[in-house]
Amino acid sequence: MTMNPRRCAACKYLRRKCPSDCIFSPYFPSNNPQRFASVHRIYGASNVAKLLQQLPVDHRAEAVESLYFEAQCRIEDPVYGCVRLIFLLQQQIHNAESQLAKTRAQIAVLKPENANHNSQVQPFEITDQSDNFNSFLPGQDCVADLGHFNQTSSGFL
Amino acid sequence: MGGNSPCASCKLLRRRCAKDCIFAPYFPSDDPHKFAIVHKVFGASNVSKMLQELPVQQRADAVSSLVYEANARVRDPVYGCVGAISFLQNQVSQLQMQLAVAQAEILCIQMQQEPMVPTPQLDQLEDDKSFLLQHNLLPHHHQYLNFANSSTNVIQDSLKRESIFGDMVS
Repeated sequence: MTMNPRRCAACKYLRRKCPSDCIFSPYFPSNNPQRFASVHRIYGASNVAKLLQQLPVDHRAEAVESLYFEAQCRIEDPVYGCVRLIFLLQQQIHNAESQLAKTRAQIAVLKPENANHNSQVQPFEITDQSDNFNSFLPGQDCVADLGHFNQTSSGFL
Repeated sequence: MGGNSPCASCKLLRRRCAKDCIFAPYFPSDDPHKFAIVHKVFGASNVSKMLQELPVQQRADAVSSLVYEANARVRDPVYGCVGAISFLQNQVSQLQMQLAVAQAEILCIQMQQEPMVPTPQLDQLEDDKSFLLQHNLLPHHHQYLNFANSSTNVIQDSLKRESIFGDMVS
């Protein structure tokens, strides 16, 4: 097996030879050692390798980007990681929905005949939004976990 | 813990569950899936290291968030939680656009109902709308790519805007 003349960041970090078919080398160039260090710290090299091996090649770059992002979030915030962002966004959505409902109610008061054709926008129902969001989550377990957060971190949700 | 059955972690790892097992409080034996999924994504030793670095009172939340992320990653191996973040950002974007349009409509109605204020030209209304849109609209989709490039600032920037954690922030 031929080796890469220049080891990728992963193989440098792991102090091993970098084979020409190294699964890490396309995504962890040697000029960015911190990238692999972060991902390795949170996930471990073998978990990342396993994950990448299970993906088609054309999806691996995106997968590494998202792993790196989540790893960075977790390093910055060891308790909540990127889940904190999800909570913040949910809160932003809740606030924006409330504001939108109030604004539409104002419109209805100011001009009742306008209440039904509100600038050709789709009504944004809270229940629809939560259904759509949950379709991006692995089902009830995650919803239950969000409920658990609420018990220990007041005002988080 | 004690002489009872091993926690889910020690069962999976096939080892003796010590009295001070770091996993035991958070991975009870009646929910083997919870540890299995965290172990699959992060690995037991990484989880153990992460928990050891945290004060005890923060470990439950840390485990919950790790389980959440692990579930997201198993469900979507390419994007994990980032997929959900991207989706939510789009929703915020859409809502802010709708809000801007609704607010512009109120302005329009108010201007029309004010007899002393001259009726604005149509292009001035459009300017107002685009002003609101420009200042309320989040960047476009695929913003997580910007997160990936400047991720060290992401959470801090978000926290500056939303100080919901207060004393909770470690």
